[in-house]
Amino acid sequence: MTAILDINELKAGLNGVEILKGISLCIQPGEVHAIMGPNGSGKSTLSKVVAGHPDYTVASGEILFHGEILTDIPPDARARKGIFLGFQYPVEIPGVNNSEFLRMAYNARRKEKGLEELDPFDFQELLADKMKLLDMDARFKDRGVNEGFSGGEKKRNEILQMAVLEPSLAILDETDSGLDVDALKIVSKGINALRKPDNAVLLITHYQRLLDYVQPDYVHVLAHGKILKSGKKDLAREVETRGYDWVTG
Amino acid sequence: METSANTLADSKLAGREYQYGFTTDVEMEALKKGLNEDVIRNLSAKKNEPAFLLEFRLKAYRKWLTMTEPLWAHVNYPPIDYQDIVYFAKPKQKPQIAGLDEVDPEILRTFEKLGIPLDEQKKLANVAVDAVFDSVSVATTHKKKLLEHGVIFCSISEAVQEYPELIEQYLGSVVPIGDNFYAALNSAVFTDGSFVFIPPNTRCPMELSTYFRINTEESGQFERTLIVCSEGSHVSYLEGCTAPKFDTNQLHAAVVELVTLDNAEIKYSTVQNWYSGDPVTGKGGIYNFVTKRGLCKGRNSKISWTQVETGSAITWKYPSCVLAGDNSIGEFYSVALTNGYMQADTGTKMIHLGKNTRSRIVSKGISSDKSTNAYRGLVRIGKNATGARNFSQCDSMLVGSECAAHTFPYLEVGNEEAVVEHEASTSKISEDQLFYFESRGIVREDAVAMILNGFCKEVFQQLPMEFAVEAQKLLTLKLENSVG
Ligand SMILES: Nc1ncnc2c1ncn2[C@@H]1O[C@H](COP(=O)(O)OP(=O)(O)OP(=O)(O)O)[C@@H](O)[C@H]1O
Ligand SMILES: [Mg+2]
Repeated sequence: MTAILDINELKAGLNGVEILKGISLCIQPGEVHAIMGPNGSGKSTLSKVVAGHPDYTVASGEILFHGEILTDIPPDARARKGIFLGFQYPVEIPGVNNSEFLRMAYNARRKEKGLEELDPFDFQELLADKMKLLDMDARFKDRGVNEGFSGGEKKRNEILQMAVLEPSLAILDETDSGLDVDALKIVSKGINALRKPDNAVLLITHYQRLLDYVQPDYVHVLAHGKILKSGKKDLAREVETRGYDWVTG
Repeated sequence: METSANTLADSKLAGREYQYGFTTDVEMEALKKGLNEDVIRNLSAKKNEPAFLLEFRLKAYRKWLTMTEPLWAHVNYPPIDYQDIVYFAKPKQKPQIAGLDEVDPEILRTFEKLGIPLDEQKKLANVAVDAVFDSVSVATTHKKKLLEHGVIFCSISEAVQEYPELIEQYLGSVVPIGDNFYAALNSAVFTDGSFVFIPPNTRCPMELSTYFRINTEESGQFERTLIVCSEGSHVSYLEGCTAPKFDTNQLHAAVVELVTLDNAEIKYSTVQNWYSGDPVTGKGGIYNFVTKRGLCKGRNSKISWTQVETGSAITWKYPSCVLAGDNSIGEFYSVALTNGYMQADTGTKMIHLGKNTRSRIVSKGISSDKSTNAYRGLVRIGKNATGARNFSQCDSMLVGSECAAHTFPYLEVGNEEAVVEHEASTSKISEDQLFYFESRGIVREDAVAMILNGFCKEVFQQLPMEFAVEAQKLLTLKLENSVG
């Protein structure tokens, strides 16, 4: 079976500074992986490199998505192929209607799959369902994308986008940070709803509590641009009680 | 519904090659280049004008001779030789056109190509169109239906013949002949334009629109538009413009006057896409020096200007409102986009004279490439304008690093109880924003278009629906190559 994501010896950085110093990671369909690691260790960098952020350059190694080498594929095409990045710090896009934005993204992905675009009317229905699942107030549809959203609302909006787009790989960069207890439960419900035999999720988190709701198959500890330790879900608990020094030291 | 709006942009067009750059081969009748009193007498005689109008023109001409071109605008261009311009050019045809079948088929085809079918079978269902080709109105559609409602919509030349008392009463009543250099020139030599009169207590049953087309290389275009909206009435009017590509610059010095009486409302929308010159060399393009002003004469009346300015080499234009009637309202919604070597100095004037008058200014400037884009706005509160309020918002968006945006707000507050608010911002599209779109599968160009449309939303919302769609396409098309 082809892995959904297969990263081999990836070295990547920005402005000539190497941040990822040889990362290998393989995610099979149906799996949930979690990455933990100290601040500045390169977690967000990894997620952006996989999503294809133009500021980062890959020095060596490769990323395969469903067996296809991603290196020369621009970020928008990666997204249409089914990679989704939930940002640690989602940007605000004033004036751009949230549901319009989502519909555009949704239709871009459908078009890629050779499906017909959904008209605004049908899309509204689909969106309403997803918002209900995430217990989101309908008025968020008509606001500007993340415009004036609270920190937690922005995170929930990322999960809404994920729910609408149904990516084959969702990378969620600290989506749990800044969520209150109730929101965390709801967001977890959204992530679990996406868990299907042919999808995969990569969770980046600092906290065990998310992993109580979304149980990972594997946990990796990233430090200084390298994966220093991998294990099953109890590794997360161990890290939480013993700290990163236990791994890095 | 098919509409004329369809024409101002076409998203299928690759790059930003100017789509309307063709010329039409029709026989033209033109006066010799140059300007003097004889040219004016000659022009007036050719049009069989009443004495008052010749007098109006000559007075304006004499005034103009004493005036100098305004130099305060933030634009740069070589001096214009006013003797090197053809002041009157018109398609050679029978002097009076009885029906559309008598219009030169070549001209009908031109408008068709621009997406504005004039012939009675195909004409636009909900929009009445007055088509102005070079200096002359060639056709007005839906006239009969409008007349049934008492609405007069015709070329101003026709109005001079048919309704001279209305013309004499209102022409120059909002923009006096000596108002400014270009307005004086226009008053002396204007050749055609549109006239609208809405009788009392009438909601004009359809959108009215004028479509301007400059065709002759050396002719200037000096149209004159006059709209009078009587007590308790309402009209929405649209204006669209294109011109062929020439290496030389053409002068377009129009005057638009609006008058609203008690409880009347005029909504005036413009989508301007004159040829803006070669984007690489900066050669050619229209000099768009236009005076637009509305007079809220009556109580509770309202004038609302909406403009989407995307063309012309140079734009010098300040649609204004004189709020004379108590409780009257003036609005100005503007999107001005400059790219290539374009220069725009545009904005508005809100003159509060009456009590409790209100005005709202929303200006969105987008500049890219090597262009400059200036907003210039004056808010003046007269000493009797107790309770007057103004809110202004001027936002600039820079695309690229070689362009410039300027904001020049002027405030003259003569009444202590007035409330005046001004907000301004300058922004850029950030890489993070673009990446956010891309990470959702949306291509960069669409991302830019969505961000710009978001930026301009408040203005586009003011446009009639079809025009809003068109305006969005136009923006996207214009900036296609500016965002890398
Ligand atoms: N644009 C940038 N310019 C300079 N340095 C950068 C830039 N982006 C990332 N870095 C550096 O790369 C390193 C890794 O950053 P990254 O954001 O990937 O960390 P992280 O593991 O996500 O941390 P956190 O847990 O705080 O989110 C940090 O030292 C950071 O300062
Ligand atoms: Mg991070």
